[in-house]
This record gives sequence, structure tokens and C-alpha cells, in this order.
Amino acid sequence: MKLDRRNAPGFLALFSLPLIWSLLLLIVPYLIMISVGFWLRKYPTFVPDFQFANYAQIFTDPQYIGVILRTAKIAACVTVLATILGYPLAYLLAFTVRSPGLRNLMYLMVIVPLWVSYLLRAYTWKTILGTNGVLNSFLQSLGLIDAPLDIFLYNQTAMVITLTYIFIPFMVMPIFSSLENIPRNLIEASEDLGIGPFGTFLKVVLPLSWGGILAGATVTFCLTFGDFVAPVLVGGPDGTMIANVLQNQFGAALNWPLGSALATLVLLLVMAILWLSSRLDRTARITL
Amino acid sequence: MNKLLLWQKGLVGFAVAVLLFLYLPIVVLVMFSFNDSKVTSFPLSGFTWHWYQRVLANSQMLTALGNSLYVALFATLISVVVGVLAALALHRYDFPGKRLFQNTLILPLSLPGIVTGIAMLNFYKQIGIPQSLGAVIIGHATALMGIVVSQVLARLERLNPRLLEASADLGVRPIATFWMVTLPSIRSSVIGSALLCFTLSFDEIPVTYFLTGRDVTLPIYIYSTLRRGITPEINAIGTMIVAASILIIIFSVRLLRDRNQ
Repeated sequence: MKLDRRNAPGFLALFSLPLIWSLLLLIVPYLIMISVGFWLRKYPTFVPDFQFANYAQIFTDPQYIGVILRTAKIAACVTVLATILGYPLAYLLAFTVRSPGLRNLMYLMVIVPLWVSYLLRAYTWKTILGTNGVLNSFLQSLGLIDAPLDIFLYNQTAMVITLTYIFIPFMVMPIFSSLENIPRNLIEASEDLGIGPFGTFLKVVLPLSWGGILAGATVTFCLTFGDFVAPVLVGGPDGTMIANVLQNQFGAALNWPLGSALATLVLLLVMAILWLSSRLDRTARITL
Repeated sequence: MNKLLLWQKGLVGFAVAVLLFLYLPIVVLVMFSFNDSKVTSFPLSGFTWHWYQRVLANSQMLTALGNSLYVALFATLISVVVGVLAALALHRYDFPGKRLFQNTLILPLSLPGIVTGIAMLNFYKQIGIPQSLGAVIIGHATALMGIVVSQVLARLERLNPRLLEASADLGVRPIATFWMVTLPSIRSSVIGSALLCFTLSFDEIPVTYFLTGRDVTLPIYIYSTLRRGITPEINAIGTMIVAASILIIIFSVRLLRDRNQ
């Protein structure tokens, strides 16, 4: 109902706590972080100021730009791979599996890993890919290799594998629900018109599941972009991501203003992606 | 089932392989927690409870586990109370800035945790709250509230408004209506989102990393141990956590199924 003078007391009773809580503990912190990004570092403390030296440093020092580009590259690889691996699984669940019981069980199997500790799942890849790890010893016991290879761990590929693994369920869930919402008679109509299964997939199913792909890809890209666990566990010297640089500014490097400026950039980038994604979703829906 | 075409067989094979891939690390974790060797490699050396005994004797790890349970419990309680209030207000009233408020609440869910952690660290530093488990609880509760709000709001929107009107027509006061009509109908979404909050808070790293002081939670303890090297003790405590998580999810699925019938 519309808020007016009569129901205002009820509204305030319900809404004042959530509003104050989120203003004070969520919005104010983000605003403070943004303003600290303009502060000046005077070792060992930081003084309030309004200047752009932190941003100038980020945009002129090739080290920072390099890390941002590398992070974006890895996040993009993970997003594409997770889509390629997740889509067929979602498709299978939505169309091929006919029995509702089996479908529920398989859907549950997709989401169970999400409930199992993120850290443990990332860490296990370290034990799988390591020099004395599961993969090497398995290959050795099969006789495929003579000595353990150290090519699996501590590089960007290991990070992409680990993160792709983690984000597959994030792709399967929204794609599955978009596929499930496709009216079955559209597919039947397409087949009645003599378009083969592959053509139907390209012309009917894929465009109608675009919203699910977009939703999953947005979450995957944004969360991968800020991940700092995978680089620490399985990344190597060439695997520093933006979150590790951030971590360092608040740790050893002790430069909170620069760190806050960098975090503000990540915040703006993610918000831009979320905005773009909702725009794309809307335009795609209109043209259908 | 109809006869499958070749490409459909390929699809099934590929999808089943992806599904198995999702369980590969979990199987490895469990398998090596019982393996009688310091290194996680094949061939398996034999069965042992040794790593579990080591966990039970590791007081630092147990303290960290206790801290994690404490943080997750209180963060979940706050998220649920404040989140349900927010969902009720969003459901019942139209007010300026409603969409903006909703989007702000769910922002921490799509934003990398590290940004939220840094924002909160800056804020606590400015107002003089020391880094502590209390700070972590407030941080988790705030960051996870969006889950409760969106899940409960989705359930409220499917609720028959006539029920609430009937209750009001019968002269039941709004608070009593909440306990007798609204809460029983949104119960499964409240419990479901509470379980999800609990699990996510229990496992949270980035926000905790910036907000915690000397006391560490289990993920932070494991994270800092891992940087020094791998011990099978982590496989053992990890297996226990996996078992607990699976019990929780089976419980919540059961719960939702009972509600639907």
C-alpha cells in the first residue's frame, strides 16, 4: 500500500531498524571507503584530504594497470569456461531428464557443493595439482609420467581451473531456471516446422536462455574479479590478482588511501557491470 | 525415455562428467583425511583415524571452530530479525527509494567480499570500534542480510493477501497477525535463508580477514595454516565440515518438501 500519514506508524515500526542498520553499517562504510581514497598518506598515518594522487598513481603505474587487466582476463576466462561447462548440465536437467525425482536429485547435486566450504574446495585443488599431489601421483601410478611435473600448480591455469570449478553451480542455477521457463510448445512448434534439434536449439532455446546465461556470467565475473583466496592458494608469481594488491595495501604496504582508491575502482567496475547486465537483459527481452 | 540420438548421448556424457567434476575435490578431501600418510598422493597408504585425533587434540583449531560457530550463530540471528522486518516493510508499503534500498541490501552479495571488508574496516577505524569477533558479527550480519530479505520477500509476494485481510477483519492486532498468519506461511523461507546465512558466515573469509582481531575463525585459521603448508589435519576437519554441511542441506530440503506437500 501507499505510504501515508495513517499507516506511517506501522511503517516506521517495521522499517526504522532495517533502515538505520543498513544506512549506518553498509552505506556509510562504503562512503567512508570512497572518501579515504582521496586521503593523503603521511607515513605512518593518513591525513584527511581531497586530492587525486592515489588515482593518478593507479592509472600511471603500469604495475596496477597490469594487475587490473590480468584480473579481468582471468575472470573472463573463468566466466566463459564455467558457461561452457555449466550450460550442458543445465540443459540436461531441464530437457533430457524426464523423471522429476531424478531431476530434483541432480539439481540438489549441483547445489550441494555450494554449501560445502569455499575455502576447502579451493584448497583441495592445491592438493590435487601439487608436485606431490593427487594428479601427479595418479599419472605416475598409471605409468604415464616418470617424474612428478610441476606444471600444474602455481600458475594462472591452476587459478582458472580452481575458480571455474567453484563457479559452475553459479552458472547452472540461473541457466536451468531460464531453460525451465521456456514454453515447451515453442520447441514443439519449431520441430513441427521441420527445423532440426540443433536449429531449434540455436534459434529458440539459446536466445530464450540468454537471461540465465547473463545472470550467471555477471555473478561469476564479479565474484571472480575480487577473489583473493585462489591466487594465494594455487596462483604463482604471475598470478597476483587485484584482491592481493588490495590485501597488501592494508597489510605490509600500509597505504590505506591507495587501497581504498583501488577498492573504490573495483566497486565502480562491479556496479557498472551490474547496471550493464540489467540493461542488456531488458533490451534482449524487448526484442524477443 | 525415447531413444537418444548420438549428440544427445554426447551431451549426457559431458554433463554427467561435469557433475562428477563437481565432486572430485570433495572425494579427494574425504579420502585423504583417512589416509595414513603425511602427503596427499597415490597410492593410498592405509586407513587411519590419526588425523581426526590430531584435530581433537589441536586446541587452536578447536578454539577457532568455536569462534566460527559463535560468529555464525549471532550473525544469522541479527540478519534474520532485521532482514524479516525489512522484507515485511518492503512487501507492505510503497515508498520513495524502495528499489534503491533493495538493491543496496543485495549489493554485498554480488560485490567481491574484499570490497565490503575494506569499507567496513575503514568505517570501524574511523569510529573507533576495535577489530574483534563482535566487529565480524556485525559485518557478516550486514553483508548477508540481503539473502534473508530477498528470500522472505519472494515468499511474501506469493502469499494470499486475503489471509492477512481476513485476520485484520476479525479484529486481530497486526502483531498477533504476524505470529499467527504471516510467520507460519513464510516459515520455510526464514529457516532456509537462516541456514544459508549460517553456512556462508561460517565459511566467510574476506570480510572476516579485515575485521577480526587476535581471535580467528576456522576459515582464517585454515587459510593462514595453508600458506605455511598442507597438513592432513585440515582434510580431517574439512571432512567433518562437509558432513555437517550435507546434513544441513538434507535437513533444509526435507523441510521445504514437507511444506510443499
